[in-house]
Amino acid sequence: MKNNTVQHDCIIVGGGPAGMAAALEAAAQGVKDILLLERDQYLGGILNQCIHTGFGLHQFQADLTGPEFSARYIQRLHETPQIRVSLQTFVVRLTPDKILTCIKPGRMLTLAAKALILCTGCRERTREMIPIPGTRPAGVFPAGLAQKLINMEGLLPGKEVVVIGSGDIGLIMARRFSLEGARVRAVIEILPQSRGLARNVVQCLEDFDIPLYLQHRVACLYGRQRVEKVKVVRVDDSLRDLPGTAFFLPCDTVLVSVGLIPENELIEMAGVPLDPRTNTPVSPGINQTSFPGLFVSGNAFRIYDLVDSVVRDSACAGRQAAEYLRGLGT
Amino acid sequence: MKKQLTCIECPNGCVLTAEVKNGRLLTVEGYQCPKGETYAKEEIESPRRTVTSTVRTEGLGIKWVPVRTNRPIPKASIGAAMQAIQRVRLTHPVRVGDVVVANLLSLGIDVVATRNSE
Repeated sequence: MKNNTVQHDCIIVGGGPAGMAAALEAAAQGVKDILLLERDQYLGGILNQCIHTGFGLHQFQADLTGPEFSARYIQRLHETPQIRVSLQTFVVRLTPDKILTCIKPGRMLTLAAKALILCTGCRERTREMIPIPGTRPAGVFPAGLAQKLINMEGLLPGKEVVVIGSGDIGLIMARRFSLEGARVRAVIEILPQSRGLARNVVQCLEDFDIPLYLQHRVACLYGRQRVEKVKVVRVDDSLRDLPGTAFFLPCDTVLVSVGLIPENELIEMAGVPLDPRTNTPVSPGINQTSFPGLFVSGNAFRIYDLVDSVVRDSACAGRQAAEYLRGLGT
Repeated sequence: MKKQLTCIECPNGCVLTAEVKNGRLLTVEGYQCPKGETYAKEEIESPRRTVTSTVRTEGLGIKWVPVRTNRPIPKASIGAAMQAIQRVRLTHPVRVGDVVVANLLSLGIDVVATRNSE
């Protein structure tokens, strides 16, 4: 087993914006042997399904779509010979001494990293993570999954939509469903203000006359095979239901947009202490873990609002890895 | 008449107070950069949006290619623009920036690919 292990100066897990920015900066700082692992068959990560604009205003002073933003990084990666990209490579195990077990179609390989940067992004919180009583019908989607179905697969999940939570992905998807001819009945937010950006409330909801119910919650889901309606209730400042305020909204689809959780199973497996509240590494400073030479950046380190901030901070992780390697005498 | 707007040019989302008369912008306050002033004028006098969507492909590397209007189009044209975009079938490979629908709805604006099809 050990003889088959291939060592690299710097391995980066995840070929989304964080991983690409970290790899490019590590190369710019003089690291000669960088391997970028991506489980999908394309680089770009979540940006591939974020076809709307609003990316790159800080980084490129341009209003780009997700794929356009990503394309600029992919182009630079291809021009950087120190970085080798391995697609369809899924890391399944990580040890404390930075040995990675990966599967690729038809084979398994073992890699050793002198410096390791995890850019594994985040997952959506699901219906099961917020209390919504009722049945368990089909038609309830995390908003980002619906985004993937529409934008990548060309499948419209439903025609009458209620969005739970006003996170940016939920707002963006309210517009996307409307553009594709579905009726979005409402966005329901338990807090007194939108969780998403003001610009998204304007261009995704107001443009399409979609009502945003603040200080409301979905109290119950109904439906046998497929979701049929939801019960909505107004809440007070302590999030308690106000009696006599319930109303029903018919729908065949419910989107859940109630936040994101960093994905850190690999470092957890290696024994890196995580904060159980946020699922992020207990960290002495930005991108750091309590293990030397093991860095985490992008949405895996903390949830960001903007990809521009992700690439800025992930470039910093590339610098940190280069500095660590210099310390080792590499 | 005073009208309140939220600028959508960047994530700051500045709240703008516009003084409007007969559909014309007279003055605007509350913006932090020149884009806010331009946005307010356009939003009051002829609101426009960039439209993004996808087009179906046949025999290319990815099944759907994301696209955008290369400039914002009048808000009133969004529905018709979506219909034009939905009719497209891409059979030849495209790269980022390639024109997918030329002169959309005779607006002098193109729909372009935002991702390479291969």
